[in-house]
Amino acid sequence: MIEKAMRGSRGYWIWLGSLALVAAVGVLNYLHQLDVGLTVTGMSRDVSWGLYIAQFTFLVGVAASAVMLVLPSYLHSYKEFQKLVVLGESLAVGAVTMCLLFVICDLGQPARLLNIFLHPTPHSMLFWDSIVLQGYLALNVIVGWGTQSAERHQVAPPPWLKVLIYVSIPWAFCIHTVTAFLYAGIPGRELWLTAIMAPRFLASAFASGPALLLLLVFLERRLTGFDPGEKPIQTLATIVTYSMIANLFFLSLEFFTAFYSGIPGHEHTLRYLFVGLDGHTQLVPFMWTSVLLGAGGVTLLTVPAWRRRRGLLVAACAAIFVSAFIDKGMGLVIGGFVPSPLHRVTEYHFTFTEIAISAGIWAIGAFIVTVFFKIASGVREEAEELKPSGALQPE
Amino acid sequence: MSDDDMDRKQFLKLIGAAAAGVLGGAGVISCGSAAEDGAAPEQKTSRRWGMVVDTTKCPADCTACISACHEAHNVPDIGNKKEEVKWVWKEKYETLLPESAGRLSEQRRSLPVLTLCNHCDNPPCVRACPTQATFRRDDGIVQMDFHRCIGCRFCMAACPYGSRSFNFRDPEPHIAKLTPQFPHRTRGVVEKCNFCAERLDRGQQPLCVEKCPQKALVFGDLNDAGSEVRRLIDARAPRQRKPELGTEPSVYYLT
Repeated sequence: MIEKAMRGSRGYWIWLGSLALVAAVGVLNYLHQLDVGLTVTGMSRDVSWGLYIAQFTFLVGVAASAVMLVLPSYLHSYKEFQKLVVLGESLAVGAVTMCLLFVICDLGQPARLLNIFLHPTPHSMLFWDSIVLQGYLALNVIVGWGTQSAERHQVAPPPWLKVLIYVSIPWAFCIHTVTAFLYAGIPGRELWLTAIMAPRFLASAFASGPALLLLLVFLERRLTGFDPGEKPIQTLATIVTYSMIANLFFLSLEFFTAFYSGIPGHEHTLRYLFVGLDGHTQLVPFMWTSVLLGAGGVTLLTVPAWRRRRGLLVAACAAIFVSAFIDKGMGLVIGGFVPSPLHRVTEYHFTFTEIAISAGIWAIGAFIVTVFFKIASGVREEAEELKPSGALQPE
Repeated sequence: MSDDDMDRKQFLKLIGAAAAGVLGGAGVISCGSAAEDGAAPEQKTSRRWGMVVDTTKCPADCTACISACHEAHNVPDIGNKKEEVKWVWKEKYETLLPESAGRLSEQRRSLPVLTLCNHCDNPPCVRACPTQATFRRDDGIVQMDFHRCIGCRFCMAACPYGSRSFNFRDPEPHIAKLTPQFPHRTRGVVEKCNFCAERLDRGQQPLCVEKCPQKALVFGDLNDAGSEVRRLIDARAPRQRKPELGTEPSVYYLT
């Protein structure tokens, strides 16, 4: 099937070439980081995780969101999603790969990575997270590839593949829940120590992931003329709407608990993020941008007439994606470290190296997603040509 | 690898048992029940090392313990706050023990107080570490294996006391005088106070305790009702940092 990705227009190759170039710049910067150490990043003793872990956390959500297509499609036989499911799985493969790369880039001693498996430690959430993420990657590669092969040969997917598909549904919830557990079980980091961390993660994931998928589907329609139909797009938009409403609702719950209880530790982190603490206001404009974009996106999506207008739908999806990225990427991870356990406010400024490495990882993710979308589009075209003659029959 | 691991643990236990015997006899550190501990090598020792910091005796401008510790353990002086590495240092009273600082005078609140790893009985850093590079010894010391640490810094996020430092760069050029008896770190690993495990295993007190000119630091076995630390705890009800988190710090503050 890979040959379908080997034939493409000039634009396709230029795009892949540019991504490879950005990835190469990222690799060079990573080699520099590997050589000198994490001193090339903006991370510090007080804010000991930064852009890498933030993006890792956010992308786990994007990966998990494939379940919003798989679940209706396979558990509720919602046929409208059939053409989109494989795109969701492709996005998941790209996103999980990026997650793993971001974690590796964040390690001080990446050569010792295998220590996680040589000394398995069940009481560490990071151990479980690495297991569920790799499992999810494998599941999506196998399921995506398997369903594509089946579609290509115009046969029903084999039963064992169905089993894997069913397994992948709770697995998707697992990856984001375990990722939330990285944060939600730490005593003394009040912003993270909340039982609704996992629900918050899932809500924001099921908003930002499908929003990104919709944007990619619109882009693909522009480029290849692929039309999944209006109905699945509207269904996805509805999923984005409700998930984002849930996400904003959960955020407001955090405010209530922190400020009504009046417990200083809980108040301080939210104050730092939304009004500033001890004169440090670096993240304040970002957090309000996130809230406004989120609320604006939800407003656009809630009114059916607006939601059906393509331009507004694109704007809403972009707004929600950016909103979730700032909230979960930047605010949550960096905010968790401020104030420090010794009540100091240390601000975090990312460096060029961090940006270059991150851009490289995004390029690798985009490369993977492009190739998978290309294969899917090739298979689809081939299947459509075959359709009049080929009947559906078991293998 | 797990065989090596067992070997190391057994080795540490053996040394611990031997040290217990020596200490019990010499009376350097009061641990009355040491003889019972040594009896069964597979059994957990009932010792738990702890420290009492007498903030009333510790002079604000004295750094004898800090410089001795940092020199003995090859702690680098990076020269900037961002990448600072420290094992033992001073913080304002009100940052360290904020719950009791409310109505104190400005002078009392800004008093520099010694702080170090709390060697928690229930350490969140050990729970978080994905490779057991940081682990709790049977005698309560929370120890680091610098050669196993992958540098994920999960332990730093997990520590509620800010006791851990990360080597953002190669520390060697920033070590004024290298002490060959103790390993210096590579870049990319986390480090922190080890309660001088290497000295305890030789039957010595932690260096900070030994070097304190005011005898403001008292070290001993928290499980031994007859020890000096227990006597101080009983007599003066010292404070622990953030006791509500359930970590059960082994460092107590007399105020």
